[in-house]
Amino acid sequence: MKLLRWTLAVGLIGAMGAVHAEEKADPNLARNLAATCANCHGTDGKAVAGSGAEALAGTDKAKLMQKLMDFRSGAKPATIMHQISKGYTEAQLELVAAYFAARK
Amino acid sequence: MWNRREFLKGAALAGGVVALPGLSGCAMGSKARGHVVVVGGGFGGATVAKYLRMWSQMGVDVTLVERNPQFISCPISNLVIGGDKQMADITMSYDGLRNTWGVKVLQDTVTAVDAGARKVTLASGGVLSYDRLVLSPGIEFMYDQVPGLETEAARDTVLHAWKAGAQTVALRKQLEDMKDGGVYALSIPKAPYRCPPGPYERACLVANYLQKTKPKSKVLVLDANEEITSKKGLFTKAFEKYKGILEYRPNSELREVDAASRTAVLEFDKVKADVLNVVPPQRAGDIAAKSGIKLINNRWVDIDWLSFESVNTPGVHVIGDAIFPAPTMPKSGHMANQHAKVTAAAIINLLAGEAPSSTPLVMNTCYSFVDSKNVIHVSSVHLYDAAKKTVMPVQGAGGVSAAANELEGKYALSWARNIWADMLV
Ligand SMILES: Cc1cc2nc3c(=O)[nH]c(=O)nc-3n(C[C@H](O)[C@H](O)[C@H](O)COP(=O)(O)OP(=O)(O)OC[C@H]3O[C@@H](n4cnc5c(N)ncnc54)[C@H](O)[C@@H]3O)c2cc1C
Ligand code: HEC
Repeated sequence: MKLLRWTLAVGLIGAMGAVHAEEKADPNLARNLAATCANCHGTDGKAVAGSGAEALAGTDKAKLMQKLMDFRSGAKPATIMHQISKGYTEAQLELVAAYFAARK
Repeated sequence: MWNRREFLKGAALAGGVVALPGLSGCAMGSKARGHVVVVGGGFGGATVAKYLRMWSQMGVDVTLVERNPQFISCPISNLVIGGDKQMADITMSYDGLRNTWGVKVLQDTVTAVDAGARKVTLASGGVLSYDRLVLSPGIEFMYDQVPGLETEAARDTVLHAWKAGAQTVALRKQLEDMKDGGVYALSIPKAPYRCPPGPYERACLVANYLQKTKPKSKVLVLDANEEITSKKGLFTKAFEKYKGILEYRPNSELREVDAASRTAVLEFDKVKADVLNVVPPQRAGDIAAKSGIKLINNRWVDIDWLSFESVNTPGVHVIGDAIFPAPTMPKSGHMANQHAKVTAAAIINLLAGEAPSSTPLVMNTCYSFVDSKNVIHVSSVHLYDAAKKTVMPVQGAGGVSAAANELEGKYALSWARNIWADMLV
């Protein structure tokens, strides 16, 4: 596997230049961050039917981002999401929104 | 399943760039193999068992050992004590873990850990081998700190009801049997203890019940702490609503109990109650505290925050109430669930020969009922700080409710249903 990744990295360097290959992004970061929302919105954003929680799975990414940014700015009134959304950077919220949008 | 080597080759040929993120995500999940034993099927243990299976795409084998036949939730149990909910509302089966997630669930007790040989011993006599072990045993009560509660008989009279189950039912019964004009006294230990706002929620819900049914009665809150330890302003307001029925006494550490007469002995005072409810001081569950795993203050497990692995016992991860908490981190079911997810991700990486994520993030919310319908919350977000090697609260995030409100009463019940499903279904 080590060899495989090395091959892949070489391929990458060829494709996009050496700089980016150095930063090893965490491939599970979006999944892990999104899992912090599951306590209230359900595993993978699939809320328990009839629980009253908003399901996030399969919602358009731009729509999710808009809501989250509106919670952060205070434009969207909330009991708790204004406090929670401020705990994540915009980049982290982008990852989370993309992750939920891709769930079916 | 695709052939990984072929897939990689194809991706490389196609340029590789676009395919990389999704590809390595899948490869990570499916590469992890091994057997993880989880001890304790509560908020931490059930969650880690499910997420290990889910995130490894069923590649990692998981055995969950839990001494109880069913899961009974502490969250919402104060509503059972207050008469607003029934035991059936907080009791759930482990069948979802068994049938949906293929977790091997054993009703048994782990009596010993041999971390060198990577084996645990079961009360029934068996031995389980593991590649990685997760302990989420919750808390043990430090009865040695409460003279007078040495015997079973004393403990059957002076209840804690701080582990949901038979004690929850028994405390409800004591309150139902109490005469109008009786005194319910609740002793709260010094922080840290399981669920900081829990005792104040219980005081409110008992006062709510007594106010409606036995209005001459009293609720006496004997707090060892110098002030309300969680949501102080909001609980102070709630207590005002129960003026005449509820009395809050700070700096009231319990010295001794006389169970027969249901008397709490304080430093300068003795309080005789009709129902005496003592939440004793706590430490990590026995299996974590007595296996040679390093503790802090002789009470809580010292862990590495990137993986929740014990700092001195390789291969053993400890989560939930049993660990020494990071700054401002509460001992809550919500937090135990979040520990579990960081740990599941870390173990899957470790079993695949990868390092755990270097940026774990966890968040907490504790909802508390101040009566049958109105709820207050406290929330926080915590991020790993590489310089401090611990998890620190994110500044500017989190907070508390503006005021107790019914909408959050609905959200609190919704939270319970979703977190129970997140761990068990
Ligand atoms: C009254 C009350 C109200 C609460 N309300 C809330 C709330 O609203 N929100 C919230 O987030 N938290 C709340 N909590 C806190 C929450 O219940 C705990 O923080 C949570 O249960 C901790 O999870 P855990 O996995 O560490 O321990 P637990 O959930 O206690 O699980 C430990 C499990 O391990 C088992 N076990 C222990 N040792 C062994 C062994 N050797 N072998 C086999 N099995 C073993 C036990 O039987 C138990 O099932 C409340 C607590 C109380 C008491
Ligand atoms: C403690 C429970 C809780 C957690 C954790 C939580 N949410 Fe929420 N969420 C709520 C509640 C409650 C609402 C309703 C708005 C309010 O009152 O705050 C909501 C609303 C939302 C909405 C708006 C839904 C709609 O269609 O109007 C979005 C989007 C959302 N949450 C995303 C998230 C994301 C992303 C996370 C994780 C980073 C998250 N939530 C974590 C409780 C939670």
